[in-house]
Amino acid sequence: MLLDGALVTLKLAAVATVLGFVIGTFCAVGRNSNLRWLSALCTGYVEAIRNTPFLVQIFLVFFGLSSIGLTLSAVSVAIIALTINVGAYTGEIMRAGFNTVHAGQWEAAECLGLSRAQVYWHVVLRPAVERVYPSLTSQFILLMLASSITSQISVSELTGNANYIQGVSFRPMETFIIIGAMYFGLALLMRFAFWLIALVIFPRRRRLGTSI
Amino acid sequence: MNTVPPPEASPQSQDIVVLRDVYKSFGDNAVLKGVSFSVKRGEVTVLIGKSGSGKSTALRCIDRLEKVNQGHIEVCGHVLTDPGLKLRQLRLDVGIVFQSYNLFPHLTIGENIMLAPRSVKHLSKAEAADLAKKSLAQVGLSEKFDAYPEQLSGGQQQRAAIARSLAMQPKVVLFDEVTSALDPQLTGEVLRVIERLAEDGMTMVMVTHEMNFARKIADQVVFMHQGKVWEIGSASVLDKPQTQELRDFLAHEL
Amino acid sequence: MPTFGFTHLQFLLQGALWTIALSACALLGGGLMGLIIALCRVSRFSVVSGIAWAYIQVVQGVPLLVIMFVGYFGLPALGVPVSPLMAAALSMTVWVGAYFGEFWRGAIQAVPRSQWEAAECLALTSTQRMFKVIIPQAIRSATPGTVGFMVQIVKNTSLASAVSFIDLTRAGQLINNSTFQPFLTFTVVAIIYFMLCYPLSVLSRRLEKRMARGMRGV
Repeated sequence: MLLDGALVTLKLAAVATVLGFVIGTFCAVGRNSNLRWLSALCTGYVEAIRNTPFLVQIFLVFFGLSSIGLTLSAVSVAIIALTINVGAYTGEIMRAGFNTVHAGQWEAAECLGLSRAQVYWHVVLRPAVERVYPSLTSQFILLMLASSITSQISVSELTGNANYIQGVSFRPMETFIIIGAMYFGLALLMRFAFWLIALVIFPRRRRLGTSI
Repeated sequence: MNTVPPPEASPQSQDIVVLRDVYKSFGDNAVLKGVSFSVKRGEVTVLIGKSGSGKSTALRCIDRLEKVNQGHIEVCGHVLTDPGLKLRQLRLDVGIVFQSYNLFPHLTIGENIMLAPRSVKHLSKAEAADLAKKSLAQVGLSEKFDAYPEQLSGGQQQRAAIARSLAMQPKVVLFDEVTSALDPQLTGEVLRVIERLAEDGMTMVMVTHEMNFARKIADQVVFMHQGKVWEIGSASVLDKPQTQELRDFLAHEL
Repeated sequence: MPTFGFTHLQFLLQGALWTIALSACALLGGGLMGLIIALCRVSRFSVVSGIAWAYIQVVQGVPLLVIMFVGYFGLPALGVPVSPLMAAALSMTVWVGAYFGEFWRGAIQAVPRSQWEAAECLALTSTQRMFKVIIPQAIRSATPGTVGFMVQIVKNTSLASAVSFIDLTRAGQLINNSTFQPFLTFTVVAIIYFMLCYPLSVLSRRLEKRMARGMRGV
């Protein structure tokens, strides 16, 4: 049963990581945009998420969705809440990443005729991600740990299952020590996965071994 | 090999770049105070002057990297002060090479050159690769197609940057102090490439401190001082300066 | 069914007071713990340093919620009775201690080597060196990040609700059970948290900017 929980935890973490990264990137682009309302909206989003507890955010998503008539599974709600949460933190990290790209790169790209969107995609995105990659991987591992909080809306992930087990087996210490070790293992697994991903998306680093 | 260019249909098409009474300030700092000059098709114009004279700013205004506060700029038929200006169309006609090359570090040289033709002109990968190889051959870097910028010397990187601009087949190329960041030994290879481009009839506007080079290739020399065009003429002004300021400047440079 | 009204708001604010109280406990307890851990990490004895390192790795690799459960369910199973407040405070002390320990270790090690040497040459003992020379300087560089982490402390006290501690979040859950207006209730809860956390965030950023400016003169 614990293994099932671990799989759910991984699934939550993986989906939220991918979606959160996309949202975070758009959020960072939005904050740099010339449209003031967009920039303010993205900033507001980030500040709201960063200054409120994740547990409260989960409740808001859970009850908010049901109040507009949408009944989704607990897992779906968890994914949505996790995505919204990590999107804000990723947005901050990506914004810092974008700032590491020199203005000269922008000028050169625009003078070649590339549109703003093309400059982001071809010139800014990969170097920025490469520079903030450690921060990003740490953030996503924290996300995996935070998924434990979704047990509070009855998602059958690792912590939720452990709680159930220790309740019926009356062996809390062993149970929690075991899942402690399992979270450790999951974190290692995620680090390995990110290392592999880095090999694929950073061919320059793979070939030359240097950092950008 | 002197080929006479065919007579143009309209009398204005000889002037590919026109600046008239251009004013530009950064906040309180007035950098351009009424600059006027023009560049004819196939001509090489060299902008010289002390740092702070406004020559780089004037150059950057031509590609709309800076917006002018006042005045008229027309480049390849685009009016830069027009609010309806299509910036990307302008950038297709104007190429620019920067002092710090600004190659994209995460792409190979070949990918650097292929990026704009594929994304903006929608060439296929094969066509773009072909174009990139030709551009690299033009600057003498054919073997560096798969190398990353950090593997090249400064001079090679700058030549690659020139190739990148050339691949878009611009009508005029701007050079912003392109040898100032290079070691003296590497300057020569870059200047040779630029000289060949001039011989092939490319319209160019250069900001440079290389006076000997300017003497060799300039069709027009524009000396800027305190934000104004102080003296303008053919390359002979470098040997026979008319104004005291130009004389002082040349004395310093040698 | 009662609708959300002023008495409910009062109940929430009471919960908020308990949130602040728990945060203060976590800050004090965790602060002390963090100081001990940081000092252990920079100790000359590799055993001491190693134990502290292991402590940090374990605590940082496990969700805070699990630590809370260990405190609330695990300790009684070992024969130690704990109230929700005690369990929550203990868990947060352990958790905050690890993060502060790691962060302050970095600050201590960031103090230039020359300071250590100068203090040694003045014949100060290693304790005097640490407390009179190094730590005061480390405090300067560590302050913005520490203030920033206080935001995390306040937010994470919300997990104490899972062990039946009546903090702001739990208060919200209880009210929700009687008014059945969850979205409104938790929006108010979120706003109260925001009002507690946002000033700390702003302060932390301001301290960071001031430090960056100050360092330029050094």
